[in-house]
Amino acid sequence: MRVDKRTSITKLAAASILLCVAMLYGCVTPQLRATGDLGIIIERADGSVQIVDTTHQRSLAKISGLGDLSHASAVYSRDARYAYVFGRDGGLTKIDLLNARIEKRIIQAGNSIGGAISQDGKIVATSNYEPGGVKLFDAATLDLISEIPAVDRAGKHSKVVGLVDAPGNRFVFSLFEAGEIWVADVRDPRQPVLHKHLNIGRQPYDGTVTRDGRHYVAGLFGEDGLALLDLWNESAGVKRVAAAYGKGSQPLPVYKMPHLDNWAMSQTSAYVPAVGRHEVIVIDTHTWLDKAHIPVAGQPVFVVARPDGRHIWVNYAPPHNDTVQVIDVLTHQIIQTLHPGKAILHMEFTPRGEQVWLSVRDDDRVDVYDTETFQRIASIPAAKPSGIFFTYRAHRIGL
Amino acid sequence: MRANSRIRQRLSRIILIGMTGLAATASTGVEISGTRQAALLNLLKQDCGSCHGLTMKGGLGPALTPEALRGKPASMLREVVLRGRPGTPMPPWAPFLSESEAEWLIEVLLKGEINARR
Ligand code: HEC
Repeated sequence: MRVDKRTSITKLAAASILLCVAMLYGCVTPQLRATGDLGIIIERADGSVQIVDTTHQRSLAKISGLGDLSHASAVYSRDARYAYVFGRDGGLTKIDLLNARIEKRIIQAGNSIGGAISQDGKIVATSNYEPGGVKLFDAATLDLISEIPAVDRAGKHSKVVGLVDAPGNRFVFSLFEAGEIWVADVRDPRQPVLHKHLNIGRQPYDGTVTRDGRHYVAGLFGEDGLALLDLWNESAGVKRVAAAYGKGSQPLPVYKMPHLDNWAMSQTSAYVPAVGRHEVIVIDTHTWLDKAHIPVAGQPVFVVARPDGRHIWVNYAPPHNDTVQVIDVLTHQIIQTLHPGKAILHMEFTPRGEQVWLSVRDDDRVDVYDTETFQRIASIPAAKPSGIFFTYRAHRIGL
Repeated sequence: MRANSRIRQRLSRIILIGMTGLAATASTGVEISGTRQAALLNLLKQDCGSCHGLTMKGGLGPALTPEALRGKPASMLREVVLRGRPGTPMPPWAPFLSESEAEWLIEVLLKGEINARR
């Protein structure tokens, strides 16, 4: 017997009556619920998150008290029950999706940008701006295990960006000011072993790793192109890819930094936001050369592939942040230009990609679109929503 | 100085009265309508906030709190807002902000009023 758990606070009363009835019949069935179709929406104005259900496209609960959530992100425990939310104010909050409550919350730094969870699920790492570095925490208790200060050879501190997990219980991240990529082997988290790659390019602003965990790539702000590290062959060092795409032309101003969080790959191509150009760059993942530049509506922020890789969805920095475009990977044509509302901050697909959830910040709602018909199929009120993170991330390298 | 206290007064009146289209005047003497002020505050919080932090305590861009900005001339800060800082991610906002609007935003920052005005 499957009992659908409706944890929405208002329905709790009804649920408990049902439970009593069930008990009268002598069958005490605990309300079972899995997390595979759950996720969280960050409400950045309120410092809260909503727990959502993608099967019924509805909100199940709202949890408050998470602090400054501008630029918040989240990763999941390997059982996909707990979300770890990284807040801008250095807060690290562990949320229990099933009981809809904060399990533990700590302030771990003055100013933070994101985090990652190790391959074995035992270590949560945070990447911090102030003071710049990475901290490792016990995923169960959030107790601090060790710290990796981001200090370069000249003794200068850097902000840490683009922190991801990689196979072999490693974390990989970039140093914004120093222009370095560090690989930290945390098999003994008390004593992380560091490999530092120097002079990888100016101002890496974010980083991501391919789905197989092999290639780490950092986007560069201070110059054109991306820095690529083959983690299967680390000693070959970092090489520059797509370095010449902006040659000779003055870059356009960037009103919001692009993100590489969920790196878009389809077939033998990777799709990345250009910086200071209104283009999506298509990179051949065999040769790592850029093979096409697709003109788009503005400065891309997120460039994400539908899980089947058939379409690429793109959102934009201000003043084009009311627009979302869809690129067909076979033709490289833009097949849809949507204007879902004011300030589209994030796009998240359901695990198999039949829906995409868009946060429409300035209209205070999250809209759900059918990815075949491009029609809106649901809308959920949310207070200045930003990131949306579904539990499939629990089982993906680099997310 | 007089202009500053006038703005402070007007700001607090706006907090009381709400965004009912009441106008405020930046030091340059140009009127900024209440609706526009609300839009500017949203811009400051959300769009500037994406780099400087929602509470202006810093992110990829430096903190823009009164303490962090202390001693820096308002005119220099206004110029940075309008023209950006080449070679850094700080973009020029002149396409979206007039001089008096940039000035008004700097005043809000210098007084730390953004967090008081949630
Ligand atoms: C894309 C990221 C980004 C956005 C968006 C952004 N800034 Fe900046 N801003 C920066 C960076 C980075 C610096 C530091 C530049 C440097 O290294 O000197 C900066 C510097 C500044 C400074 C100078 C601070 C000082 O101490 O000298 C001011 C003032 C400022 N920004 C205001 C704003 C305002 C107002 C907005 C919104 C209208 C805004 N910024 C939006 C990235 C950004």
